[in-house]
Amino acid sequence: MASQKIARQGEELWKTKIEKVNAELVTLTYGTVVAQLCRDFSTNNNPDYVEVSRQLDKMGYNIGLRLIEDFLAKSSANSSTQACGSFREVAEMISKVGFKIFLNVTPSVTGWSADGKSFGLVLEENPLADFVELPDDGRSQDELWYSNILCGIIRGALEMVQMQTEVKFTSDVLRGNDTTEMRITLLRYIEDEMPPDDE
Amino acid sequence: MSYYFTIIGTRDNPLFESDFGTSKVGGDGVARFKEEAKYMNQFIVHAALDLVEEVQWSNKELYQNNHVHCYLTGGNVKFMLLMNPDPSATTYSAYPTSPPSRPSTARQSTILLAANPTSQATEEAVRQFMNEVYEAWVKCIMNPFYQANQVVTSPVFRSRVVIAAKKYL
Repeated sequence: MASQKIARQGEELWKTKIEKVNAELVTLTYGTVVAQLCRDFSTNNNPDYVEVSRQLDKMGYNIGLRLIEDFLAKSSANSSTQACGSFREVAEMISKVGFKIFLNVTPSVTGWSADGKSFGLVLEENPLADFVELPDDGRSQDELWYSNILCGIIRGALEMVQMQTEVKFTSDVLRGNDTTEMRITLLRYIEDEMPPDDE
Repeated sequence: MSYYFTIIGTRDNPLFESDFGTSKVGGDGVARFKEEAKYMNQFIVHAALDLVEEVQWSNKELYQNNHVHCYLTGGNVKFMLLMNPDPSATTYSAYPTSPPSRPSTARQSTILLAANPTSQATEEAVRQFMNEVYEAWVKCIMNPFYQANQVVTSPVFRSRVVIAAKKYL
């Protein structure tokens, strides 16, 4: 099946072509970023968690714009991969290759919508959120999406390959839910457009 | 038998405290050090400070059959465990809410740990308890939202400490 082939490709890339870095370094660095953002966006010691989530998404967007080049370089150098034929293939590539080579986790693709334009990604383990407990002030549980940078990354990366998407978290174990899940929805394919005011 | 466990930060501020067993805590204590002797003075100060601060009125002349254990972490944070074998038998007069004494537990306490605080088995048990708390502590301070020397409010950490206490003490 095509998805097994993609999974194998991800595994192989992970083993051979990727330089590895200490996972705890990533976890602690990301944790510090989030904690610092919470301190920076707080008025009178009340962090504005909605704003923090938005900023994480923006940061992720900028990362994604650049990350897609790295991803394409790695994945097409190893084997001559064709471009993805459908949105389903895109989903498989993201979960089995993308997440695998950058975070060494393989989220599962679930919850396809009827029109095939929206799916869910369920992360069994989230290395960004190891050892994290959300602060105990009542609001953070409802307003902060801790790993929101991942949403931005996916959104930015897909935008550079002509797909405009909306990526949001729907549940998070840090908030007390059972799973960590994000929802990816394809809004439209971006056609090359002429810039305005072109003679 | 009761234990009073506390974690002291680098600025002599208590970060965490918890009582086990019956809810009585002793007064002043005889300090028994497990680690670094150079901290012993600081240690006696802590013991006196902390326990005086906690509810009991303490009578400084009498060493009231209490023992204190301390575990020192790499970040100069101290875990202190105070053991008191039979609180209803220790004599301090001004304790406001003393529970009725329980003769059955008094008999049992001779075979329990704190009754023989200098024994090897006690030390071993306390050491294992401290190690478990240390692991839980490390996980707790890895939380990015925890600032150094802040009071520990995590219910997860508290429940881990209580479980470790039940297991080893």
